[in-house]
Amino acid sequence: MPPGFTDTPVKLLVLILNRLFWFVPTVLGLIVITFVISHIIPADPVAFVAGDNATAEQIEALRRQLGLDQPMHIQLWRYIVAVLQGDFGVSLYTLRPISEDLSSRLPATLELTFVAVFVSALFGIPLGVISALERNSMLDHVLRIITVSGLAIASFWLAILFQLLFAMELGWTPLQGRVAGWGPDVVTGFFLIDSILMGDPETFWDVLSHMILPVMTLAFPALATIVRFTRAGVLEAINSNYVMYEEAMGMPRRVIVWKYVLRNALIGTVTQIGLIFGILIAGAVVVEAVFDWPGLGYYAVQSILQSDYNAIMGFTVVSGVIFIVVNLTVDVVHGFIDPRESR
Amino acid sequence: METLSFIFRKLVEDRVALIGALIILLLILTAIFAPILSTHPEDVLEFHPSERLQGPGFAHFFGTDRMGSDIYSRILYGARITITIAVIAIAASVLIGVPIGLLAGYYHSWLSDALMRVSDIFLAVPQVVLAIAIAQTLGPSIENVILALSVTYWPFWARLVYAETRSVQNEVFIEASVALGASPARVMILHILPNILSSIIVRTTIGMGGTILTAAVLGFLGLGAPAPSPEWGRMISESREFLPEAWWYATAPGIAIFLVVMGFNLLGDGLRDILDPRIRRSSRHDK
Amino acid sequence: MTNDLLRVRDLKVSFATDGGVAKVLDNVNLTIGRGQIVGLVGESGCGKTTLARSILGVLPKNSARLESGTIEFDGTDLLKVDPNILAANVRGRRISFIPQDPFSSFNPVFTIGAQIMDLMKWKSPELDDSDAARSGWLPRFHGSRRRKADYERVLKLLRLVQLPDPESVLKKFPHEVSGGQRQRLMIAMALLPEPKLIIADEPTTALDVTIQAQILKLLRKLATDHDISVLFTTHDLGTAWEICDSITVMYAGQEMEAASSEGFFKRPSHPYTNRLLKSLPSRDGGISGIPGDIPGLVNPPPGCRFHPRCEYATEVCQQTRPEVTPVGVGHAVRCYHPVAEEKRHALA
Repeated sequence: MPPGFTDTPVKLLVLILNRLFWFVPTVLGLIVITFVISHIIPADPVAFVAGDNATAEQIEALRRQLGLDQPMHIQLWRYIVAVLQGDFGVSLYTLRPISEDLSSRLPATLELTFVAVFVSALFGIPLGVISALERNSMLDHVLRIITVSGLAIASFWLAILFQLLFAMELGWTPLQGRVAGWGPDVVTGFFLIDSILMGDPETFWDVLSHMILPVMTLAFPALATIVRFTRAGVLEAINSNYVMYEEAMGMPRRVIVWKYVLRNALIGTVTQIGLIFGILIAGAVVVEAVFDWPGLGYYAVQSILQSDYNAIMGFTVVSGVIFIVVNLTVDVVHGFIDPRESR
Repeated sequence: METLSFIFRKLVEDRVALIGALIILLLILTAIFAPILSTHPEDVLEFHPSERLQGPGFAHFFGTDRMGSDIYSRILYGARITITIAVIAIAASVLIGVPIGLLAGYYHSWLSDALMRVSDIFLAVPQVVLAIAIAQTLGPSIENVILALSVTYWPFWARLVYAETRSVQNEVFIEASVALGASPARVMILHILPNILSSIIVRTTIGMGGTILTAAVLGFLGLGAPAPSPEWGRMISESREFLPEAWWYATAPGIAIFLVVMGFNLLGDGLRDILDPRIRRSSRHDK
Repeated sequence: MTNDLLRVRDLKVSFATDGGVAKVLDNVNLTIGRGQIVGLVGESGCGKTTLARSILGVLPKNSARLESGTIEFDGTDLLKVDPNILAANVRGRRISFIPQDPFSSFNPVFTIGAQIMDLMKWKSPELDDSDAARSGWLPRFHGSRRRKADYERVLKLLRLVQLPDPESVLKKFPHEVSGGQRQRLMIAMALLPEPKLIIADEPTTALDVTIQAQILKLLRKLATDHDISVLFTTHDLGTAWEICDSITVMYAGQEMEAASSEGFFKRPSHPYTNRLLKSLPSRDGGISGIPGDIPGLVNPPPGCRFHPRCEYATEVCQQTRPEVTPVGVGHAVRCYHPVAEEKRHALA
């Protein structure tokens, strides 16, 4: 039998190791920057948390309890060690461990983000291909307007418009929240999956209906990015010599477009997934706030309102790490799908 | 000057970019002439509770807000805030980022690597998240928003200038001037910088749009200029409790943000096509 | 009934450009006999690539316009054939193609083997026409037996083009093999469907001079052995001299002279051809260029397109285009004033 025509070069392994090697200092740097940012505070957070009626002794005691009486470098060292062990300290507001707060909210954000990426790729890739093939057609122009708007529209405003139209005026979707009632038993924390595991279609549809608006809001700029890069990639590929060759050799059009061209174009699109995740994580902060979606972003906004510095730091580090991991994965995946990368 | 007239001619040809440029011009004029153009200039600070939440009409083009202030006038004044924040923050980012990128690109030492690693770490966090963290710590004010945005956005220019410097460094004319004994400062400022200027201009134009959006998010979260400042993001945030009845309250400032960001993006895209068609292709590699 | 495999008659192709409509091919004729290697010689921009692409039926859709003429291949006018049938059963099966640049003509993200085996899925000589034309992702149930047979066929051809270690080359990505090897692969891929005609568009210009000679020899030998006709475009008379049986010279979208190689180099009759031959570096080291510039194709000179640069031009050359005139056996020239015997710049 003829062999399969693939082989994975060792160079890919080097690429992966290189990225992993930089992962550690990048995360450390992230923690340090976050710490520095949160300690250039002009005001005294402890006094703020303790309240106006607190005595000097009470403030001092709270300060000691939070470790804020130590010299800066000791605090930094303690913070790094603690964070690396998954301990972000306690919330200055609720005095609950922040890592618990974050981890209980993480699945909600991830579920929203994944669905949004899925939706934007599902529609964005074919739309990008079609708008490249039908260049300068009506559809191409319409899509161009949509993609340019997608990157110019403030997501919180779009969220409010969607609420205004679909939830308030038309009543097609719920206004906010993640589920009516308590939701499914938490197994994975992903309500879509959990409701399937429970065998509860009613909850599943309810969860899905709650997702529609936030996903639409989040997916809009992501979709714009995907359409834009897929279109550019397809155009570049379709004007290439290899497509000219494949046409001259009479390969079927659909194979040229949807196999040869798309594979080349998607390499460019995949490298943008890092960027897209950035858009989504940033978008999640405000979108969750508007839709009362109980995820990390909502938590961050609550913490901002409560001036909960520790919680903000925790959120910054966690979303930074998610972003770094996504980019690392993208780099590795890129190495796999682009053979030229593994030089 | 020749280049400028070339850019101008091309811009006029590219209708989309021209629209972008016109929107930005409109924004600048609006900001300058806000006192003349607005129908109720005193409403930036004054309240008229008796006229609160009136719909759009002849007296109030875009309606009134919860304090009875004229939204149209407030939006005009808001343009001033938007421009101030975006221009200063971007200028600061360019002033920090470009020299760092030039130096790190020109000299090949451990310090260059270190500088680039630091900027990578900044780029490793979504900009909005970092800006939120900084603005939250410093407290809500226009100055702090500017500071937060500058700290967040400078690495974009450092990265870009670094990569571009490294790539023009091997060009013959750069090597020639080094061989002729030109000082590093001279080479960087007189030879490298002019050659990478077009990339910087394109990046800066597009960066304006992004910065304005992030500033709006900060305003929306209550981290921007404190009330009663007519900051667009803040106005949208205020409007939420009066929906769906006062639909105009959120609509007008949202459209304002959208138009301005769109203007910068369109102009940036157009400039990119005019100045450096190469960027489009290389941008997929300079993550 | 002639024995010719391909007869292009009065082909007119124009391109929409920013400056107006460019008449890139203006009533061009071309004949290729069975088993013949025909050199299509001309400077860049003279229309030879456009002619090659017209025969293949892959002119740029948006800008190119086929005005008139016929392209008769094996007795059928290709311009009257349904484009889908053309793609399925003519291109890559009866007429195959060797591109100019073997570096960028391979798809960079698939292994060479994957690309060749994909080609065999649709263009294997074992398929019959109705199978090849079937829609769907697979032309026919793609059984392992045929795949194995195809794979053997591929290996055999790769050995034939003298590619070292064909099995391992198939597993490589295009950027991992050298330019010469890539062009050998392209030749192999052109031969795989067992075509009647191969269109080779400057197949050696992108290669090192040392490799050019090897590739040319290989192409010549394989074409002769398999009785395949080749249309070989080049701007280099020396290359044409080396491998072609007959030569057609183009200038500014018109064919000027067509003859057997021998006749061409011994008795060049068109003033342009003579200037071309004269401009080759001679033994005494002298080079003489052709005075004047290649005319623009949007507003080409009336009459003979060469007349502004021609030393023999008369009034009639400025007004009416010369017809094809025979000047010998299988030797035709488009000129009112073919160069006289004693003034010819013969090489051989």
